[in-house]
Amino acid sequence: MRHTISILVENRFGVLSRVSGLFSGRGFNIESLSVGETLDPTVSRMTVVVQGDDQIVEQIKKQLNKLIDVIKVIDLTGEEFVERELILVKVNAEPSVRAEVLRIADIFRAKVVDVAPKAYTLESTGDESKVMALLELLRPYGIQEVVRTGKVAIARARKVPVEEEKKPAKKPAGKVVGFRE
Amino acid sequence: MSGAKIILESLLQEGVEAIFGFPGGVILPIYDVLLDSPLKHILVRHEQAAAHAADGYSRASGRVGVCLVTSGPGATNVVTGVATAYMDSIPMVVITGQVPTAMIGNDSFQEADIVGITRPCTKHNYLVKDVKDLAITIKEAFHIAATGRPGPVLVDVPKDVILSETNFHYPENIYMRSYNPTYDGHQGQILKAAKAIVKGKRPVIYAGGGVVNSGASEELIKLAKKVHAPVTTTLLGLGSFPSNSPLSLGMLGMHGAWHTNMAVSHTDLILAVGARFDDRVTGKIEEFAPGALVIHIDIDPSTISKNVRVDIPVVGDARNVLAKLNEVLETLPDQVNLKERRQWIKQIQEWKRAHPLAYEQSDRIIKPQFVVEEISNLTKGEAIITTEVGQSQMWAAQFYQFLRPRTFLSSGGLGTMGYGFPAAMGAQVAFPDKLVIDIAGDGSFQMNLQELATVVQYELPVKVAILNNGCLGMIRQWQELFFACRYSHSELPGTPDFVKLAEAYGAVGLRATKPEEVRPALEKAFSIPKPVIIDFQVDPEECVFPMVPAGAAIKDMILGKPRPAEPKRLLRSVK
Repeated sequence: MRHTISILVENRFGVLSRVSGLFSGRGFNIESLSVGETLDPTVSRMTVVVQGDDQIVEQIKKQLNKLIDVIKVIDLTGEEFVERELILVKVNAEPSVRAEVLRIADIFRAKVVDVAPKAYTLESTGDESKVMALLELLRPYGIQEVVRTGKVAIARARKVPVEEEKKPAKKPAGKVVGFRE
Repeated sequence: MSGAKIILESLLQEGVEAIFGFPGGVILPIYDVLLDSPLKHILVRHEQAAAHAADGYSRASGRVGVCLVTSGPGATNVVTGVATAYMDSIPMVVITGQVPTAMIGNDSFQEADIVGITRPCTKHNYLVKDVKDLAITIKEAFHIAATGRPGPVLVDVPKDVILSETNFHYPENIYMRSYNPTYDGHQGQILKAAKAIVKGKRPVIYAGGGVVNSGASEELIKLAKKVHAPVTTTLLGLGSFPSNSPLSLGMLGMHGAWHTNMAVSHTDLILAVGARFDDRVTGKIEEFAPGALVIHIDIDPSTISKNVRVDIPVVGDARNVLAKLNEVLETLPDQVNLKERRQWIKQIQEWKRAHPLAYEQSDRIIKPQFVVEEISNLTKGEAIITTEVGQSQMWAAQFYQFLRPRTFLSSGGLGTMGYGFPAAMGAQVAFPDKLVIDIAGDGSFQMNLQELATVVQYELPVKVAILNNGCLGMIRQWQELFFACRYSHSELPGTPDFVKLAEAYGAVGLRATKPEEVRPALEKAFSIPKPVIIDFQVDPEECVFPMVPAGAAIKDMILGKPRPAEPKRLLRSVK
């Protein structure tokens, strides 16, 4: 089963290497990985998609927690979450098919970011199913090159309000925002 | 203060008394300051020995071992020692020099990406890029090494950082938001465990290195006596439960005793404390302790349910949790069914009578097991024993009667040959007045014999008992049992005369070739206040039994050789 794991790590030199080394050293398979800073510049967030049965994923989460630089491990799989990835596709755009390609791009709300006599480069963001669908539809026209980012994911906010929750007027300086305690 | 001085001052602040090291180009500034420092420094003859010595120092004393080596080859030479400490969870801080920051990544002279190389085999490591971070990094390193599940931490310090100056302030406390090990077990889980222990009909307590690391031996003894449960220990747990207790089962696993493995295979409740269900212990996992309820107390949550499905996990420090467990057991209304327990212990005694740990005695040739027994009898469990790896290690574990924790230092997880002699050195530095004995094989001893120079220089009266069978014993055993006696490169011609070798280094050399010479040689060695090598010429045909073949369940032990021993297949004849 596929699991999407969100990891908060100290933004220190070598952290990416530690996490990927952990996966390769123990034979866990990473399907995709993306990482970037959070609002707090000393904290980075890594989003990792792994494949494995429950026992293996349990071990992965425990081993990640063991790393000194890992602050928090959140398995988004069990909850509601929003997942996106970005894709850049260079597709054949000869005069005979140019209109069709543009129409497909339109339907998917993909942007054209580069134009050439024989090729268009399209940019699209979406969840996995949307991205795969776009690629499938473009395939007959001849895809020259595809570049995908890793998936990023964020948990959905609570829809039902909780009574005691008071929003403070202003966050004190230096506090980490967007951190779920 | 220069970075060099900061490093040494930080070590003093951490209460370090002795370090093991070897100088080199980039750490010369540290060595210069070392001359004026009260820190005791032991110069080894190979950096690998520095790491093993720091490891032995730590295992014997419970303190954090420290070693200091240079960049490039110095750093890569300690990797084996660091990996040894990592596999056995030993607290250690390794300081390696590094080329100046501007030259990192440039294939400079004596440069090695040691942080990258040791990432998988250290608990954590650091590359210090700014001298202002040096003191706090060392503080963090010691904190990480010694807390939670201990482990080695490497601090890589470039030469320009060593030479830079800054104000020195050693932090009093540190808080690491990403590192907070759990020490106190969950009260609810402990209660569940206590109830299960009382209910169990045929319980076994399985104690590992975590009991030694945590100092939980007393609580373990109290618990075992309270619930009348027999105790088996792993290789690293030896000494945490006294061998002379009627409840002691000795070591379990691949070379555990018959009755111990039978007890573990027929138990209905396993209480694992500070152990990790390693493959040497479990044999075929699917058939390990079938049907038993498993309670696992460990400070590292990732070991729980890693190999064996655990029914009642308790994450916490062994001593804290066992103490709580003892308290809770006092308050429980139900009491242990003593009749059932006595019945269980009787069954175990029957198994022991059927197949005791034994060997074929001889008055013609020295049996290696006999040497270990004599050492045990003469020292009465008071010595610190280190071992190398292989047959000598297994016989030491089987035939020495350990009474106290931190008296058995052996490379369990990684199984590093050449560990015992430098580790004995480290233990002797920690306890100059205790008797420290390395039980070695002739193969293993040759891996770090250059440290004879170190023990002579620092007058460390370590005793090395070499069970000399002229071959790589454990390899030979496997080849005999599983490869139809095809002895591929397991014989050791060209082994030096150990007595002459000892004397060449300035130590004392003794030899015993007949069984009646064993005791006098040992007594003589123990009475000489100098390093002594005793060359015991032992029977090369002996094998370690019982043995659980690879992939088999632990109840399917081999008790003896399957056919009569092949006549004279070995090159060397017994002198």
